[in-house]
Amino acid sequence: MSQVTMTVNGKEMSGDAEGRTLLSQFLRETLGLTGTHVGCDTSQCGACVVHVDGVAVKSCTMLAMEAEGASVDTIEGQAAQDGTLNALQQAFQDHHGLQCGFCTPGMIMSAADLLKSNPNPTEAEVRHHLEGNICRCTGYHNIVKAIMAASGQDVSSIAAE
Amino acid sequence: MYNFDFEKPSTIADAVSALGTEDAQALGGGQTLLPTMKQRLASPSKLVSLKGIAEMQGICTGDDGALCIGGATTHADVAAGAGAYAGLAGLAAGIGDPAVRARGTIGGSLANNDPAACYPAGALASGATIVTNAREIAADDYFQGMFTTALDEGEIITEVRFPVPEASNYQKFEQPASRFALVGVFVAKFADGVRVAVTGASEDGVFRWSEAEAALSGNFSADAIVDMAPGADGMISDLHGTAAYRAHLVGVLTRRAVAAALSLPT
Repeated sequence: MSQVTMTVNGKEMSGDAEGRTLLSQFLRETLGLTGTHVGCDTSQCGACVVHVDGVAVKSCTMLAMEAEGASVDTIEGQAAQDGTLNALQQAFQDHHGLQCGFCTPGMIMSAADLLKSNPNPTEAEVRHHLEGNICRCTGYHNIVKAIMAASGQDVSSIAAE
Repeated sequence: MYNFDFEKPSTIADAVSALGTEDAQALGGGQTLLPTMKQRLASPSKLVSLKGIAEMQGICTGDDGALCIGGATTHADVAAGAGAYAGLAGLAAGIGDPAVRARGTIGGSLANNDPAACYPAGALASGATIVTNAREIAADDYFQGMFTTALDEGEIITEVRFPVPEASNYQKFEQPASRFALVGVFVAKFADGVRVAVTGASEDGVFRWSEAEAALSGNFSADAIVDMAPGADGMISDLHGTAAYRAHLVGVLTRRAVAAALSLPT
């Protein structure tokens, strides 16, 4: 065991980790931040996506020790302190972009990653960016719609009202 | 996953020294190695992360015009920064998904030499030079079959040098679940001839399709290889596709790559 320290959602946090401790495991079990979900644990599904130094990664396929000293953003840091949802979260609610909600933390973090580099994506660009995020409920239409809406675009003509 | 020691050196020399331990293993982005370890198909005693080595990061242009990419450079950085070689940037932009591209590295991909990975096709078709801590290896000598390379134990890919072709393109027929190439073809047209490298198809891993290279070197056009396909002998046959299907795809994708190379910038 050795101590790992990282800045999570703006706060410096430390905990013990083994070499094999995954970032997802460290966030959930050591820091108690269970908003980051583990679906497939094989880097296919994207439920575990978080941002490390501003870039979206699959936290089930990164060692906690690799994030030593890094700035990590998780779903818990997305809403305001008083609980007000951010634009993406609110759009997912408004446009029914989730059903069971299991994939949603990863979807939000991947979508945030896209909108940071491409604030006005086309529908095709949104779908392409979500290739590594699997949802087994929605059929994706309303997720795509929510992300387009959060980017400030008119979504009235997008499929699956 | 079995436990292991973890080290993250900041120089190539320290990494080589750390890899001197028995059963130590270099760790690039871990996008293949960590899933492999979770399945207990690998159980190194120590992982030596190459992510902290600044001299192995980034892209530059060499004196001879070749594109030099640090071994620990991520696919996302190649996709964004290899504009001088658009065919290669396009290959990098299509690997896995955005989160995988943010971690996975070119050195890790080439060292692993997965028979369905994209980079081996790019490196072989380009006639790239694989630079390690110990020597320089020509791509034609480097790839030695599925998951097998010329690398010795503890040898690290520090840089990959790509001669930039006049025209190039990579076409991948994705296995839809894994996003690896069911078949992928990289075509590179140089002043002195055309090189065609195929991944995903052969039981011997990435290979050069010399018949197509000869035809395309005489006439760089999809018409030069109409109805041409390699033989199905030695092609991979599995639940995703038969050997004959893969052989057919090689022909189709090569024609698409040539057509795209002619219509797009290098």
